[in-house]
Amino acid sequence: MSSRPQRGATAWWRRQGRLLPWVAAAALLAACSGPGTDAPAPAPTPVAAGRLESVAVVTHGSPGDAFWNVVKNGAEAAGKDLGVRVEYNASGDPGQQAKLIDNAVAQGVDGLVVSMANPEALRPSLEKAVAAGIPVVTINSGEAESAKFGAFAHVGQSESLAGQAAGKRLADAGRGKMLCVIHEAGNVGASERCGGATKAFGNATTLQVDINNPTDVQSRIKGALEADHSIDSVLTLTSQIAARAVDAVHEARSAATVATFDLNSDVVEAIRAGKLLFAVDQQQYEQGYLPIVLLQLYRANLNTVGGGAPVQTGPGFVDKSNVDAVAALVAQGTR
Amino acid sequence: MTVVTKTSDAPQDQTAGASPLQRLFLRPEIGAALGALLVFVFFSIITDRFLSPLGVATWLDDSSTLGIMAVAVALLMIGGEFDLSAGVMTASTALVTALLAVHAGWNVWFALLVSLVFALAVGAFNGWVVMRTGLPSFIVTLGTFLALQGLNLGVTRLVTDTVQVSGVRAADGYQSAGWVFASTLNIGDARLQASVVWWIVLTALAAIILVRTRFGNWIFAVGGELPSARAVGVPADRTKILLFMGTAFAGWVVGSCNILRFASVQANQGVGLELHYIIAAVVGGCLLTGGFGSAVGAAIGALIFGMARQGIVFARWDSDWFMLFLGVLLLAAVLVNNRFQKRAERVRR
Repeated sequence: MSSRPQRGATAWWRRQGRLLPWVAAAALLAACSGPGTDAPAPAPTPVAAGRLESVAVVTHGSPGDAFWNVVKNGAEAAGKDLGVRVEYNASGDPGQQAKLIDNAVAQGVDGLVVSMANPEALRPSLEKAVAAGIPVVTINSGEAESAKFGAFAHVGQSESLAGQAAGKRLADAGRGKMLCVIHEAGNVGASERCGGATKAFGNATTLQVDINNPTDVQSRIKGALEADHSIDSVLTLTSQIAARAVDAVHEARSAATVATFDLNSDVVEAIRAGKLLFAVDQQQYEQGYLPIVLLQLYRANLNTVGGGAPVQTGPGFVDKSNVDAVAALVAQGTR
Repeated sequence: MTVVTKTSDAPQDQTAGASPLQRLFLRPEIGAALGALLVFVFFSIITDRFLSPLGVATWLDDSSTLGIMAVAVALLMIGGEFDLSAGVMTASTALVTALLAVHAGWNVWFALLVSLVFALAVGAFNGWVVMRTGLPSFIVTLGTFLALQGLNLGVTRLVTDTVQVSGVRAADGYQSAGWVFASTLNIGDARLQASVVWWIVLTALAAIILVRTRFGNWIFAVGGELPSARAVGVPADRTKILLFMGTAFAGWVVGSCNILRFASVQANQGVGLELHYIIAAVVGGCLLTGGFGSAVGAAIGALIFGMARQGIVFARWDSDWFMLFLGVLLLAAVLVNNRFQKRAERVRR
């Protein structure tokens, strides 16, 4: 099929052109199944006990993202420790992510780990995987839909609870007005974090920035602080933005407190230097590592973990009190 | 529009009198076809899963939405223009459909119709501004691209307070619309998506328009030599505006396939894809300067893209290097393509 229509392509089309739409239409009607999924979600079929050879991990992280790098490290470390071949692939586009899941099913992997930033879009592909007898664990986001789509476990952090914990901590620190910085337009988890923080904190505004453009991030946060002097705390939702927010606060000569979600070495340094109050740590290394263990237990022994509730990896807090212990772990890409 | 000069081994006319083999090498898509064959054989050897029914369905699926866009973009590029708003258009149309169907409670078919009108209006606007001002379409459509990106996010947040719209499956008329845009065709083990059928049909349609109709001649004319085309009475403005509407229409088809298949759409989808469409069209033999190219070639260019993208995953290469592999593969395909293009030029002269 891939290279047939090349021989004198246009001449061939010329002959077939009038017929083709009708042929296609007839074929469509002949062997067709409806859109999406009309069937109720399949119950996960227990797989015969056996060895777990290969696992595909498909996430929505963009390549080169510091957070997802730690997840990847976790999954690969578990693969090494348990003797399982782990394939990590990611795409921020839900359609592409669905295709990567289809790809894993076509490869016939023994287990599938998926992060669901956009659950609806992944549903048909995931249900196909479950129907093919591949055990699925969801991670990071999509805990509400996890069981409904036929996954047998979810490993992650409830974003709105984590957001509320962060908002409460800032309120306890005696802050009056919060700026919540959203870094990705299509990121539902980010919206939930800001929503939770706002709910617990009260007086807050949001600011939209583009994570792929650090200059833009810094200048926009700076602009927001200069435009409204009553803002005395900035909450960022990812470590890459946190460093920019710290610089922006410094440049704007604002006295605002900065706090963030997620860790990286810049965040650790900033906490040490007292420029960041705290980081909400969801310990994403576990989101890479644990699913491989869960799949192994399920394959070998039909064990499940969590008793139907999601396995929570966070929120943990890193602040001045424990930052030194965590610093070395951040540097090696596991925290 | 080629100048025919007499040399000892070249035919008088572009194709008449040339041997069938020579005639084959004159085709703009021949390079792309060979590139596709190379990529296909390469991955078929490396991994047996690539040729399994499920595998074939996966890479055809990946190629299809890209291909629908690439074909429309190819026609526009042959007409001498670019459309950078084509990528976000796939998200905008899906968002219009989803917002109307889910939040306004409309029947999906009406929502689709309104989003089609919206797409064609944006396309016509692009074309009209380009023709009225004489500004490069690169600049004009970049503006449209940014504006649509902002609209996508702004309107979605305003209406839903979140950044994605889902719940289309529960809307009226979802089933019948889904049949058209998002059903699957079961051939043995393989489940072909409806988008693959759309891709094939639209490619055939574009190829017929390009080589069999007067409008097709106009496309080549306005892309190759605009002043001359105008001088001989080609309605240049109408032609180009229609071409911009064509890419917007393709954006609507892809957006509709996506929203009905995935039942949800994110506000930031489609950004950056416009360059992929241009790459696919160029791999398929279109020139960046306009006036030359083919619709079938662009479809094959998209096929190369899809095969490479999924083949890399099948081959189990480390995903850290994914973009490097993809870039190298595409460059290789373009180089093969270029060699043949040069040959074709020689024969043509």
